[in-house]
Amino acid sequence: MQIQIGARILAQIQKNGEDTYPEEGAGFILGIDSVKKRIAHGIFQVQNSKASSERHNRYLITPQDFLQGELAAEKNELEVIGVYHSHPDHPDQPSEFDKEWAMPWFSYVITSVENGVAISSRSWRLLDDRSGFKEEKIISNVKEIGELKI
Amino acid sequence: MTILKIPSPLRAFTEGAKQIEIEGKDVGEAIEELVSTYPALKNHLIGEDGELRQFVNLFVNSEDVRYLDGNKTILRKEDQLMIIPSIAGGSYADDENNEK
Repeated sequence: MQIQIGARILAQIQKNGEDTYPEEGAGFILGIDSVKKRIAHGIFQVQNSKASSERHNRYLITPQDFLQGELAAEKNELEVIGVYHSHPDHPDQPSEFDKEWAMPWFSYVITSVENGVAISSRSWRLLDDRSGFKEEKIISNVKEIGELKI
Repeated sequence: MTILKIPSPLRAFTEGAKQIEIEGKDVGEAIEELVSTYPALKNHLIGEDGELRQFVNLFVNSEDVRYLDGNKTILRKEDQLMIIPSIAGGSYADDENNEK
């Protein structure tokens, strides 16, 4: 299992985690998924809709923002293939809370941001029985297309 | 028949269908029909308590059914029922003593 996320897109994901530090930042990953490959073509950044007192360790994307993400994907003939978010001063591994709220099939890219600097990102997919996540390899050495129409 | 729209993360369970037609007369019947047709979806939509999981939102046209009649919300053939997830997560709980 793997996801192709070019270096430019991965840098955008990590920058969002740095920009929102010490709060969690989040957004959608738009791309294509086929039997053989899952390829990210861009991100759709959204607001963390949690209350400000909770944004240091929680993020929420509202149904309305989900619809906006789907609309942006359709405009670019892509799909929403995953979600990215940051863990300020915590590892790039999914928490129990991440698991409780996880959707199947999505790639969950988590970036660890320490003292305001993104240090690593890993991608995870929920197991079908919802018992945990399985890591998928991020391939970043790939050719990228241009910017999305957002 | 009412149109039921499926969000991208659930389409792997509906053979790729972005929308399906359902016969259920209300929202509850529609969801039962959906998981009966695609049983692998049930675990992701309905929790162990038999209730919809907390991230599952159901909208009839543009209205959240929580503000209508919930599962008893009547569906007319011109209505569009949508499953729209709330996406959430986070690094740790405050009561976890900051442990991951």
